[in-house]
Amino acid sequence: MTEHDHDHSHDHPHEPVTNGEVPAAAARVRALEELLVEKDVVSRDDIRQRIDWLVSRSPTDGARLVARAWIDEDFRIRLLEDAHAAALEVGLDPGPSPIVVALENTPDVHHLVVCTLCSCYPKALLGPPPDWYKSIPYRSRAVSDPRGVLHEFGLDLADDIELRVVDSTADIRYLVVPERPAGTETMSEEALAALVTRDSMIGVARAISPSAVPL
Amino acid sequence: MTFRAGQLVRIAARKHEGHHRTPDYLKGKSGKIERVHGSFTNPETRAYGTDGLPLETLYLVGFDQPDLWPRYASKAKDRLLVDVYEHWLEAT
Amino acid sequence: MSTVGRLYDRVMERAVHDLGGRPTTAPIDRTEHELADWELLMDAIVGVLGKNGLVNVDELRRGIESMQPDVYERASYYERWLYAIETILAEKGVLSPGELDSRLDT
Repeated sequence: MTEHDHDHSHDHPHEPVTNGEVPAAAARVRALEELLVEKDVVSRDDIRQRIDWLVSRSPTDGARLVARAWIDEDFRIRLLEDAHAAALEVGLDPGPSPIVVALENTPDVHHLVVCTLCSCYPKALLGPPPDWYKSIPYRSRAVSDPRGVLHEFGLDLADDIELRVVDSTADIRYLVVPERPAGTETMSEEALAALVTRDSMIGVARAISPSAVPL
Repeated sequence: MTFRAGQLVRIAARKHEGHHRTPDYLKGKSGKIERVHGSFTNPETRAYGTDGLPLETLYLVGFDQPDLWPRYASKAKDRLLVDVYEHWLEAT
Repeated sequence: MSTVGRLYDRVMERAVHDLGGRPTTAPIDRTEHELADWELLMDAIVGVLGKNGLVNVDELRRGIESMQPDVYERASYYERWLYAIETILAEKGVLSPGELDSRLDT
């Protein structure tokens, strides 16, 4: 179990560190925080607030945007035009920067997002990126062998579908709007949002099909 | 803003020793402007403590995958889209 | 020079972080881990330093890119951030040489 040796009042779940040892970096980061607070370069309150913000981010926020776009055509257009404004509209906090752009999957076009140079990711709307997104193999292969990457994730696209890989090299963050699955015509917005996974908003998966959900 | 959506461009084949956000795999390659994003600070100067001004236009540029990768594995009309700063673009 | 030699040079010319299209047969490890406290703290420190105008995202990236290739590849994501922040803050005189090390020794 990781330690709480600095005072913070947030509550977030702790999983045991599965690789056993806490790395040397942990102590170093805590010492860095202490030093920076002593030097009045950062305040503990600001750190606390920022941690609270980070742990409150999750893919359910992005999923709400997608579900709303699925059922509301005007919203869909607004989302594609200006995702930042659309997020504010539904009461989400897209963060001060950088800018988010929504990319829509269609029957003919499937998007896949990567950041080959570092790990840029729309974390204000999706929470922190998964480790694999930040990994060297993903960053290397998503641009040059995207169909191979998708195959590893269990997704094979037909040859008549255009696979568009987007490399987020600047300050734009990309959010994929997956296609609405068939058989969802009578579902509520809330139920639809539950079909939208984090992976479908990165582009390594489709949204969950209701026929795939066990009863 | 020098370039318009739909315009054909080439990425400069420059070597740049310091921080820059144009990936090596794109240098010298030809593509098409997909979107004009607007104006942003220059990361190449901002990375060294300056304000990154003047602002410059950032573009989403699209490439045909087989043009980038000689052994691209699919016959599909796949594309790669990348955000590129104006000073890395040349008209073709 | 042989084609293989030229290819080797071409790959080695690349900056440590510029990974797009780098040849690899490594599978993508899909194991996920919840962020540890220290990782959240590192993320927050960078966020607050940014908010306070002390270190911007371009400087953070430059700091990461200054790592030696083998160190970069072995480091975890937030270990890279730590390296970068130490580098940039030392450059700016916010951290004195060895200051963080001596804090750890006490």
